[in-house]
Amino acid sequence: MVRRILPLVAGLLWASSALAADYSLLNVSYDPTRELYVDFNKAFAAAYQKETGKTVEIKQSHGGSGSQARAVIDGLQADVVTLALAYDVDAVAAKGLIAPDWQKRLPQNAAPYTSTIVFLVRKGNPKGIKDWDDLIKPGVAVITPNPKTSGGARWNYLAAWGYAQKKFGSADKAKKFVADLYQNVPVLDTGARGSTVTFVERGVGDVLLAWENEAFLAQREFGKDKFEIVSPPLSILAEPPLAVVDAIADKKGTKAVAEAYLKYWYTREGQEIAARNSYRPRDPEIAKEYEKSFAKVELFTIDDVFGGWTKAQKEHFAEGGMFDQIYKN
Amino acid sequence: MSLQSNLASSTTQLRAYAPKTDLNVASPPSQRERVRPHTAASKRDLRTEPRPIRFLIVALALLFLTVFVVLPLVVVFASAFSRGISAYFAALSEPEALSAIQLTLLIAAISVSLNLIFGVIAAWAISKFDFAGKTFLITLIDLPFSVSPVISGLVFVLLFGAQGFFGTWLQAHNIHILFAVPGIALATIFVTFPFVARALIPLMQEQGTQEEEAAISLGASGLQTFFRVTLPNIKWGLLYGVLLCNARAMGEFGAVSVVSGHIRGQTNTMPLLVEILYNEYQFVASFAIASLLAMLALITLVVKTILERRLDEGQIVSDD
Repeated sequence: MVRRILPLVAGLLWASSALAADYSLLNVSYDPTRELYVDFNKAFAAAYQKETGKTVEIKQSHGGSGSQARAVIDGLQADVVTLALAYDVDAVAAKGLIAPDWQKRLPQNAAPYTSTIVFLVRKGNPKGIKDWDDLIKPGVAVITPNPKTSGGARWNYLAAWGYAQKKFGSADKAKKFVADLYQNVPVLDTGARGSTVTFVERGVGDVLLAWENEAFLAQREFGKDKFEIVSPPLSILAEPPLAVVDAIADKKGTKAVAEAYLKYWYTREGQEIAARNSYRPRDPEIAKEYEKSFAKVELFTIDDVFGGWTKAQKEHFAEGGMFDQIYKN
Repeated sequence: MSLQSNLASSTTQLRAYAPKTDLNVASPPSQRERVRPHTAASKRDLRTEPRPIRFLIVALALLFLTVFVVLPLVVVFASAFSRGISAYFAALSEPEALSAIQLTLLIAAISVSLNLIFGVIAAWAISKFDFAGKTFLITLIDLPFSVSPVISGLVFVLLFGAQGFFGTWLQAHNIHILFAVPGIALATIFVTFPFVARALIPLMQEQGTQEEEAAISLGASGLQTFFRVTLPNIKWGLLYGVLLCNARAMGEFGAVSVVSGHIRGQTNTMPLLVEILYNEYQFVASFAIASLLAMLALITLVVKTILERRLDEGQIVSDD
């Protein structure tokens, strides 16, 4: 009996005594970046060791963007946050953990990789979904998470709204359009990955509104013979931003390595990792190289249509905002 | 009294699924004495139902068990081994899996041992002494059962979170409770709090205080009485409580999820890792971890059955 248990115990003891690195970073991120940061962390650790001779170990935490921000506010010791939208980083900054000018500290709104919102449909596109208008047709079940808890869901919502506003030219009509769209949503999951699982594994719904990278990942995991990606001609430019959590990194003495970590995104290697994981790279050269991987979509920004995250959050997602009005009716 | 009858009725429910069980075992401990003399008669009473109805009831019970218990278990193991034994063991020896197993064992060890001490003290106080606020104490012990686990977790966020009641002080002293082992242990202790006490209170109340009084009148000290008289009398009940406490401690999801912070390879317990792996489309790995938890459940079940036998035997001997 003892002999049988011994190897297991040895394994468990070994796991605890894993070699300690010179630096340890905690990256608190949102749901769909799990695979992205596996690649990126490995590449950064190697590059950093080569450059400085120091080893760095990066721990990950993933969850819905809003609840991850909440956890950092409640004391999760994150050296960096890499969340789905600027508003969630702002929420952490509002508690004094991150400097207010964080979005200016790194190029391109501190978002080195971007994405957009696309449609994932079942093989053969049985409901013939091509554009946003098709989503409000009767009998089309749309899967999207809850914008109250999920960052991706807020991008989905704003993309639909932005489309309608551009098409019909008025906020009232946009509201009607988005209300019709949510009439077709049978279930609101709390996070983007939860919605993907609902659509892909549980087979619920005709179309999944998803991050482009998430749609590609689902296709890679389950095969192109099961799902098709439909890119609408017009969608939103989603910019998931990064920031060093100053208060925590200062206390832990990891600020320099945390900054190096985020800056690595702007190198050639970093941009390539983004592109390989189906995030749209910012670097024009790399973008050109991977041009064929991404559909041509006309992209509008949140600043263009909604006047920034703070305003959009207040008008649409706050208590009693547009989403509450729409979803109650 | 309400505690006792609760426990009693749940025991009867559980055993109703095992139709062949001797009625002697099937009756709750508190009623056994009364039932025993009439055992033969009541056995006959039960069998007065016509054969088809008896058959139907048994078949229904078996069908229910198959659909809701056996099938899910089979699915867990089938999925875990769907890519062969080597994939199964490879999944279990991943660093993240090892760390989750390790953390789960550590948390279970902490919460079970603390709840063991607390449970014995509480049960002892409640069953052997009369004091003001006794009913209130029993209600408090039951509280974790009636509170949703998510709320149990949030309570600790409100207490120990950076914005919480003790947050500023903890931050100033660089003490990490939330999103670290202490927080997970606290949340687990909270939700597993009633198990040991609830297993002991009815048992100890039933046993009464005569033996202790006898020991003390023969000159034993308080501690001697406890270790030589009380403890031997309750040992099987105690193990029963510890077993259930352990099963819940290892399996707790909701409360732990709130306070864990989900740091990979650091604050994920086994149930949390099952969900994470499933959401990462790593089905074999996810079900491999799940199969460990399922095995824990099976072992718990077997040991529980053995303990219940012992408990009944011990009971009968002391009755005589």
